[in-house]
Amino acid sequence: MLALIITVECIACWACEPICPNGAIRVKNEIFRIDKNSCTRCEGHADLPQCVEICPVEGAITDAEGSAMNPPGTLTGIPREKIPA
Amino acid sequence: MSSVQESGCKSIRSDSGLVEEHPCYSEGASHRYARMHLAVAPACNMQCRYCNRKFDCANESRPGVVSGVLAPAQALERAGEAMGRLPNLRVIGFAGPGDPLANRERVFATCKPVRKRFPDVHLCLSTNGLHLPEAVDGIVGHGIRHVTITLNALDPEVGAEIYSWIFWRKKRRRGVEAARILLEQQLAGMSALLARGVLVKVNTVLIPGINAGQVSEINRLVSDAGVFSHNVMPLISAPEHGTYYGVMGIPGPSEAELQQVRGLCQGSARLMTHCRQCRADAAGLLGMDRHNELLPASPGGSRVIPIHRPRREPVANPVLLAVASLTGETVDTHFGHAGFFRIYRVSGDRIEALGERVVPQYCQGDDRCVEENHVLNNALNALHDCQGVICSRIGYTPWQALLARGIAPVNRHAEQSVREALRQTALMLQAREGAAIPMAAAVGMQ
Ligand code: SF4
Ligand code: SF4
Repeated sequence: MLALIITVECIACWACEPICPNGAIRVKNEIFRIDKNSCTRCEGHADLPQCVEICPVEGAITDAEGSAMNPPGTLTGIPREKIPA
Repeated sequence: MSSVQESGCKSIRSDSGLVEEHPCYSEGASHRYARMHLAVAPACNMQCRYCNRKFDCANESRPGVVSGVLAPAQALERAGEAMGRLPNLRVIGFAGPGDPLANRERVFATCKPVRKRFPDVHLCLSTNGLHLPEAVDGIVGHGIRHVTITLNALDPEVGAEIYSWIFWRKKRRRGVEAARILLEQQLAGMSALLARGVLVKVNTVLIPGINAGQVSEINRLVSDAGVFSHNVMPLISAPEHGTYYGVMGIPGPSEAELQQVRGLCQGSARLMTHCRQCRADAAGLLGMDRHNELLPASPGGSRVIPIHRPRREPVANPVLLAVASLTGETVDTHFGHAGFFRIYRVSGDRIEALGERVVPQYCQGDDRCVEENHVLNNALNALHDCQGVICSRIGYTPWQALLARGIAPVNRHAEQSVREALRQTALMLQAREGAAIPMAAAVGMQ
């Protein structure tokens, strides 16, 4: 239930990796993923999941059910109907 | 030297070419001396509304866009290569594709060996300023003597219109709060740098209707502080960039608007007018590339002249090209998602479809792809005789792998018609004559 997931939307920008308090973000060949056994959603460290807070790409991080932690429009401020496909 | 202002231009000049050998600080130098940017800084700590981190297009000439990120060791290698090809290389800069100070360790880890190997080269860095105050010691300690700060607003209400968010103290912050924090950091960082004798340039992106009224005030403030030069640069904005301003239809300024606002800047900081708004992986002399004449009008118009020179040898006629396209109509598929490639032989306007080559999917979009690097090799093998592969997007690893095999990855034709993409790509590949100006960094260009 806790662990988050990095999707193909990830642009491999490395912003999240150094700030994860649990070292849960693993990188291999520029593919980023979250180790589900290490991710605690930052509990005890920060109010909000740190990777989600810094990630610049909407939809790059989801919860276990696949819903975006940063939904479309929330980071760019672009209204939903104008978001390019 | 307590500050640049007190020491004055004279001592700056005599200080081992600090100004006159830097093409961005001196228009004279821009004709004589080359500089390169090492793209070692992928991460950013905020979102400007003129930037789209997601759009990795090789044809983009905006700062912040780069097609591959270098590890410090690769960066040293790239610098060495460039030194060999550009004997007049005087400046090595760190400008992105994210913010160099959001990647401080990488940047400083690159400075050390670069300085050791090329002690005469000037190091410079561009930053949004958010993490500047705490980085000043490191900047000075690593021998970086030129710093450019982008300062777009003094009024946080205006800043709130320009920045979507900043990441600050464990939280994403927005609006006036974000703009205020950013401004405080920028101004504190600027003063600290000046007090340490660093040569500071300030960039301001002129965004019509948003910050035009701030520019002369910024000019006055930074001039009074002792900033060496001020660069008022036009917003680059087009819908296909996918930036906030692009999508919302806020265009860049006209030449007349730009001149009018520049005319209001009367402070002592030298107004810079020869800026070419380099990409974060640029290399060469400012504005000396003619490569783009062969390509569709570059986003942002003629003001923007990319300074790359392709390194590859020209390709003979006809050209064999692969296209990642599900429909066959438009370039609609990510390299990593392509289950097959369409193969074409192109010679002038003649385009011959040779069928499809099926390749195992390189990335399934889940954890498995980490273990499936061999599939990338399968894809590469299937394309071994092609001179280029056209796709909508492509990751860094396959990009590098293709380049290493002499296959040009082309992602600038995303969503365009396959025919047009083929025609233009063939043209581009064939036009690569021996460069009059040696080319250093090829990563960004196909
Ligand atoms: S939510 Fe926190 S613990 Fe989990 S991966 Fe992101 S930063 Fe690490
Ligand atoms: S911050 Fe987001 S886009 Fe950047 S590497 Fe992490 S998940 Fe990927």
